[in-house]
Amino acid sequence: MLKLNDISVKLGDFSLNDISLQVPSGSYLTVLGLSGAGKTVLLEIIAGLIKPDKGDVYINNQKITHIPVQKRKTGLVYQDLCLFPHKNVKSNIAYALKNRKMSRGDMNKRIDELLQQTGISHLKHRYPESLSGGEAQRVALARTLASDPKILLLDEPLASLDVKLKAELRSLLRKINETGKTIVHVTHDYTEAVTLSSHIAVIENGNLVQTGAPEEIFRNPKSEFVARLSGYKNLFPCMIDEKAYNGIKRAVLKNKVEVFFSGNSDVKGQGFIIVPSEDIIISEKEISSSALNHFKGTIKKLFVHGSSIDMIIDAGIDFSVTITKKSQRELGLNPGKVVWLNFKASAVRFIDK
Amino acid sequence: MFRNWKINILFIALGGFILLFIIAPLVGVYLKTSFEDYSATIADEEVRRSIGLTLYASMAGTVLFGIGAIPLAYILARRSFPFKGIVNGIIDLPVIIPHSAAGIAILGVVSRSTLVGQAGESVGISFVGGVAGIVVAMAFVSIPFLINAARDGFAAVPERLEKAALNLGASPLKVFFTISLPLAKKHIITGLTMMWARGLSEFGAVVIIAYHPMVTPVLIWERFASYGLQYARPIAAVFMAVCLIIFIAMRLLTRNTYNVKA
Repeated sequence: MLKLNDISVKLGDFSLNDISLQVPSGSYLTVLGLSGAGKTVLLEIIAGLIKPDKGDVYINNQKITHIPVQKRKTGLVYQDLCLFPHKNVKSNIAYALKNRKMSRGDMNKRIDELLQQTGISHLKHRYPESLSGGEAQRVALARTLASDPKILLLDEPLASLDVKLKAELRSLLRKINETGKTIVHVTHDYTEAVTLSSHIAVIENGNLVQTGAPEEIFRNPKSEFVARLSGYKNLFPCMIDEKAYNGIKRAVLKNKVEVFFSGNSDVKGQGFIIVPSEDIIISEKEISSSALNHFKGTIKKLFVHGSSIDMIIDAGIDFSVTITKKSQRELGLNPGKVVWLNFKASAVRFIDK
Repeated sequence: MFRNWKINILFIALGGFILLFIIAPLVGVYLKTSFEDYSATIADEEVRRSIGLTLYASMAGTVLFGIGAIPLAYILARRSFPFKGIVNGIIDLPVIIPHSAAGIAILGVVSRSTLVGQAGESVGISFVGGVAGIVVAMAFVSIPFLINAARDGFAAVPERLEKAALNLGASPLKVFFTISLPLAKKHIITGLTMMWARGLSEFGAVVIIAYHPMVTPVLIWERFASYGLQYARPIAAVFMAVCLIIFIAMRLLTRNTYNVKA
């Protein structure tokens, strides 16, 4: 279990204020916030690289606030990875193992295991400067896992990767988490948070503004900041129907809601779909149009930001729809009203699990 | 970039003049020395002993004082503390003050009437007129080269690499020896070489502490003052050649050393 108790720190103009949170062992916690919100500082506090002015850090009910960095067993992977440039991949990983009294034979065995687990056995003798972003990320993970941390602290691990590598690395992180390793993952990307986490903590200007399960946070944002941070509000876990009809696939969501989307034959199994809230058209009656997706639903809530309004509409699942104030007035879109939602299959994005 | 050919010609001419200014006197020394002079100089026992002593004393000073200078450079690169600017200034003092004055100042600390001098005598080390004094004088005037180079080297190592190493379970001392030091190696070796080179060439401070045993710069002076240019020039030529060979070798040895990208 990771527990932060009333953590505060002031660093120049920046401060973290009274951060308290608790996640059970084996959790996947995502700390979500804009850059400069204090996410990296929070990781450095957990790792012991920054001493908080106030408050305590506990791992498995043991207070570790005063334990020095090198004895904490918190594996921090920085965003820029910090691979040692003068050591090859094997020596980078061995560096962490050498700090745990181990025989040479055991060490080599463990290195091979880690290389295999992270899928980089072929890179064993390469130097960091010759590695691509995705490869370096895996080496950094392998090296940190080698130190046998009780908890894994990841600073924007997917930020610099392209879409395909992101999916591969997400699945690696999920596999690591499934071995029972608690992960704290810091990001500004809402999709990462939703697709990976069991718990989310949202940080704004050094304050913890909301914590909870992903569903809870995005279906019920406690502040406009949280609502806005969740750039894509309509992100749903789904199962993909194996068959494709002329390039159109069918995603089955919660409560048997079915969404059609454009996708080729290698899209299958489980994943997530995103329906951008700006791409949903609201009509008072059922309309015939080129859009494949039509749902009948009831307006539950309105959130006003400036000239636009976000509506939550229950159509078996909760959709978030962005409209202008003008159309809200003209159509009389108020809570309780029954409306139709329409969107094109091509507007739907799919994210591989 | 200047694309103007007039400026190019002007700058090349001015730059060429400066290069000539450095090279011409050195080449002149060699051209004016006959083969017989070389062989006589190399055969001269006193010359050989003085070159050996000079190389050794400067090397000893560099190694002994480097043990303290490198950690000091690390502290200056990594920590902030009150009066750090003053400390940085103090380190440059030996470069700024006249070296004969530096010799007088060192003499005030190591002469037989002082605590340091007496402590040395009690264990059989005499500074004044002894090798130990030469080592100290050489180190005094040359140590800024090492500290400044090592400090720049450590400053160029990203601090996060050290933090990452700590996080992987290494002790701070281990991090220093396995991460900071290897990554600053190129700068440090350059600094050591510069310190050694500067020590070799020292005349002013050394001559005040120890005229004897005679280091080569003092020997060159002595031959010049007693017998004239004819007799001093071959020693200068041989000594310069020895130094050049050593420094070219050092350059070649460290050429492929990893240099961290800041």
